[in-house]
Amino acid sequence: MSNVSDLFNYWVVVFLMMAGFYVVIAQGNLIKKLIGLSLFQASVFIFYISLGFVEGGIAPILEEGVSNYANPLPHVLILTAIVVSVATTAVGLALAVRIHEAYGSIEEDDIQTLDLEADDPDEAPSDKPEDSPR
Amino acid sequence: MNLGDHLPLLAIILPLLAAPVCVLIGRAGAAWLIALTSSVLSLAAAAALLQGVVQERTVSYQLGGWAPPWGIELRVDLLGAYVLLIVCAMAAMVMAYARRSVIREVEAALIPAFYAALLLVFAGLAGITVTGDAFNLFVFLEISSLASYALISMGRDRRAVSAAFQYLVMGSIGATFILIGIGFLYLMTGTLNMQDLAQRLPAVSDTRTVRAGFAFLTVGIGLKLALFPLHLWLPNAYAYAPSVVSALLAATATKVAVYALLRFIIDVFGADFSLGDMPLNLLLILLGSLGILVASLVAVYQDNVKRMLAYSSVAQVGYMVLGIGLASAAGVSAAILHLFNHALMKGALFLALGAVAYQMGRVRLKDFAGLGRSMPWTMAAIVVSGLSLIGVPGTAGFISKWYLVLAILEQDLWPLAMLVLVGSILALLYMGRLVEAAYFQHPEKNTVVPREAPLSLLLPLWVLATANLYFGLFTDLNVGIAQQASSQLLEGRP
Repeated sequence: MSNVSDLFNYWVVVFLMMAGFYVVIAQGNLIKKLIGLSLFQASVFIFYISLGFVEGGIAPILEEGVSNYANPLPHVLILTAIVVSVATTAVGLALAVRIHEAYGSIEEDDIQTLDLEADDPDEAPSDKPEDSPR
Repeated sequence: MNLGDHLPLLAIILPLLAAPVCVLIGRAGAAWLIALTSSVLSLAAAAALLQGVVQERTVSYQLGGWAPPWGIELRVDLLGAYVLLIVCAMAAMVMAYARRSVIREVEAALIPAFYAALLLVFAGLAGITVTGDAFNLFVFLEISSLASYALISMGRDRRAVSAAFQYLVMGSIGATFILIGIGFLYLMTGTLNMQDLAQRLPAVSDTRTVRAGFAFLTVGIGLKLALFPLHLWLPNAYAYAPSVVSALLAATATKVAVYALLRFIIDVFGADFSLGDMPLNLLLILLGSLGILVASLVAVYQDNVKRMLAYSSVAQVGYMVLGIGLASAAGVSAAILHLFNHALMKGALFLALGAVAYQMGRVRLKDFAGLGRSMPWTMAAIVVSGLSLIGVPGTAGFISKWYLVLAILEQDLWPLAMLVLVGSILALLYMGRLVEAAYFQHPEKNTVVPREAPLSLLLPLWVLATANLYFGLFTDLNVGIAQQASSQLLEGRP
């Protein structure tokens, strides 16, 4: 096992990852859940980016005679993953807005209570116009 | 330049290009026509591709002319072509069915966007089956997942939106786990090409990094697969999504996740590592068996028929995973066979529920009372595909369960064979409740007696129901391909 301080980037990643994951699981507020999810995803991006970094190294693409290589590929991959993450957050926020319109709340507990009330078999929520969020 | 050389790309690029066109045109009828045309053309490409792969073995396609492992490679072997064909076939059927059902279930202004999202789900799923690049697989997975979150939220019930949000959170966690897993593999091997990974992994497979990557990938795919107990997102998502979306997702999304699982654990990591050194085989058998039992039991007690079938899907995924866990050629081929047949039966069942929802507006169990008389063709299709789901001889479902039991008995695991039987009996119970309601109960008084669904809904439904019978009687083609695909997968590539 090498020196702990040499691996500090992984410690940062793991801390962020666990913090984000905990927020997703523990928080009942949908927006906070999304914040946790973004943090969780961002930690993975930092993991990838730190993978490709070599101190003093550059990518041997435009310059000749580079002897200290840094790998540019993880950075390119993470550009794609960031786009995916932004799209996920956007869809998630849009859904949160729709949930707020339909339920009047963005707390998971409230939504579950409202759903349980609607589960009464004699009620048919799809027929009632006020249930339609649009 | 020969069009035939570009078949792997054509199958995914057609729906991908058609999706923005649907939004730009902005008219419901035209968008439907474009969606239908592109998925039928994709189906043609997939069929031609499968034919080529059966004859000449694996097809490799270099995107942009960059040679692998630097460029992204599309690689279609027998398993990929087979799953691609079922995805394209189901998409074409669902699109043919969609027009009238969507008009009734989705708000008019959203219909072009609805078709665009449907095409994106299809393109993403098809992309997963053809790609030979691990990171590319993640991207396609996210394309299909993001579009399916949007589609599920378009259901009329407000619970559709909260189900979509729940799926978004769990799906994103799953996808991020897959991303972490791929990162670990890249860290150790410096490559993302699956062929290249498969060659370089054995040398470093005894490290904690590779094992951690393996665990992350398996859990991530398990979430997408709705592997018990990671299935919590699935029942609500399928139950409250528009009928067309439930049918497409139930028939293809979990199947493609099974494909991704097979691809990673057997092709990339190698069966010896993942099902031998790692205890994944025991885990898959255990979780698969639990899934069959628990999900089938829960399905028996559901009053919403769509929810009942969603739980049944979780149970059916259990059969596939059980087959993979056996870690034998017979087990894997039974899993592949069940993947194909389950797409047929669940596709037909969800389309039939769509026809009922079209006439009745909802699909609770008591809405089915008397439907045997008022909607005879729809109910007959439900009975046929229900028999297939139970596994009655003469239907497709029997064939895959038969091969699964054979594979189990090959290893003398009698209790598991009994479990498959118990699962079938439970399926008989929940399908029986539905049939009993439809044929032996009288509708409540002062309810409107519905008419039979229109022909444009019945036709795709019956194509699938007939396919259930056809593949139950003429098994050579189907079983042959599944066995060949499984031996190709297990024995390394030709």
